[in-house]
Amino acid sequence: METLDAHRLVIDIPGRGAGRPLDFAVAPGERWGVLGPNGAGKTTLMHTLAGLRAPRSGEVRLAGVPLSRLKRRALARRLGIVFQSQHDDFPATVRETALIGRHPFIAPWQQEGPEDIARAEAALERLDLKHLAERELSTLSGGERQRVSLATLLTQSPQLWLADEPTNHLDLHHQVAVMELLTEQAQRGCGVMMCLHDLNLAARWCSHLLLLYPDGEACWGAADTMLVPDALERLYGQALTTAMVDGAPVFVPRR
Amino acid sequence: MSDASAQPVGRGLRLRPLGLLALAALLSLAVSLALGSVAIGPDELLAVLAGGGDALHQTLVLELRLPRALAAFGTGALLALAGALMQILLRNPLADPYVLGLSGGASVAALAAMLAGLGVALVTGAAFAGALASTLIVFGLAHGTGSWTPTRLLLTGVVMAAGWGALISFLLAVSPVERLPGMLYWLMGDMAYAGSPWPVLGVAVVSLLVVMPLGRTLNVLARGGLQAAALGVAVRPLEWTLYLLASLLTAVAVTTAGSVGFVGLMVPHMLRLRLGNDQRLILPASLLAGGTLLTLADTLARTLIAPQQLPVGVITALLGVPSFLYLLYRSR
Repeated sequence: METLDAHRLVIDIPGRGAGRPLDFAVAPGERWGVLGPNGAGKTTLMHTLAGLRAPRSGEVRLAGVPLSRLKRRALARRLGIVFQSQHDDFPATVRETALIGRHPFIAPWQQEGPEDIARAEAALERLDLKHLAERELSTLSGGERQRVSLATLLTQSPQLWLADEPTNHLDLHHQVAVMELLTEQAQRGCGVMMCLHDLNLAARWCSHLLLLYPDGEACWGAADTMLVPDALERLYGQALTTAMVDGAPVFVPRR
Repeated sequence: MSDASAQPVGRGLRLRPLGLLALAALLSLAVSLALGSVAIGPDELLAVLAGGGDALHQTLVLELRLPRALAAFGTGALLALAGALMQILLRNPLADPYVLGLSGGASVAALAAMLAGLGVALVTGAAFAGALASTLIVFGLAHGTGSWTPTRLLLTGVVMAAGWGALISFLLAVSPVERLPGMLYWLMGDMAYAGSPWPVLGVAVVSLLVVMPLGRTLNVLARGGLQAAALGVAVRPLEWTLYLLASLLTAVAVTTAGSVGFVGLMVPHMLRLRLGNDQRLILPASLLAGGTLLTLADTLARTLIAPQQLPVGVITALLGVPSFLYLLYRSR
């Protein structure tokens, strides 16, 4: 089981000061939520953690090895990411899209085998997409498309899951289903990190939180220590009312 | 997983369309050998190909029609393959082999050579040099001081193409009238000066062998650079390979037959409408369908108003445009 850690990491956002370097580790079984207002750098952080963007300084390590020393393909077998948006310029079916999650595991001259197809089918089943398997991506709703991206990541089945707003476009039931899927992966021993805009989903399902402020300031720690109304109000510049429901805090914006 | 065997990912499902396209390719070559100033029946054609038959027919088929048909097939195959690769590189289904200004560079150099009164071999050499020069200029400029994105590459190429277009008009305007027909034929694409078919056919076969192992990786690249990188694709080296390969294929095709239009844009696009977007199928299918289309078009070009010949590019456009529009209209 592998840990992803940020070591004195400053993400590269043009025109912004260094802020506070990030020093945290996503250990197996942990579910990290990243909270912050629009433009705080959540997506840039996710891309940096996935090795898709170079940091301004510091480094990201997977099981102690800096990402810059790993080959792309080897990295893709261990770490996967769901992006906030997709570029569907060419026609493709839902099933084909789930199946590309197996790409890092198949040699160039090999075809997808029965085991790869079985994994893709299971992922489609798990995300409630079986009935859409033959559909073109262009005919899907936003929420359905988002679930296809998650099915691709589930087919890839890495040890580290990064998800940039995985509940984007999803209805309430599927939001819960996705949080349960991520929780289940963490219970299997994966490390999970996701950007969220919904404080209440974060409060219910995340074990740890990272708060990113627009000026580059940040704080992180166990979820119950981070869900302090003062800190959250400062984060979003929005007054909040707090209530306890089912043993978890619920945050509602004040009018 | 009883239904897994029915998924469109197995090798078997790719063989049927490829088999049909290969059959169509053979038929197109046969038609091209049979038709012309002297029509040759199927029995006689087989006899000639087997080494027998009438001596006149032998000369007609083996020395005149066969080299030209094979050159047309190879040129069409290269253009369609280059178009399919360019579309993936630019993540744009509307890209064609000439979109980055490559044919413009080749045309300016070839027309300049014609204007200088140089022979066929030098015109051909100039076209190849012009195509490569245009490739390097566009690539260098798109690279610029930062990173290049598909959009930046596309814009650079389109603007370069416009520049070449102006130079072509200039060269035509200052050329003596008696040279104009040759120049116009070259600009529209013409198989009459194709010469030996083996360079184009050889390049087509070798490039297919190069790209086939990349098929699944190209499928992933079509989903966007970030997604491909996240799935373990070394995006930048792959994009370099695609760019250089597509440019080389186009340069060889343009050198052989001038700038034949529409094949590179339409063939891959039409195939995608029918067969989906698995490059392991689309790339070899483009090669076969592109070759077939240009072979048939060239046969029409030299028989339609015989003994006069038409530039083949006119025929590809006249055949291609309506069939493309029909497929687009019928598609979901």
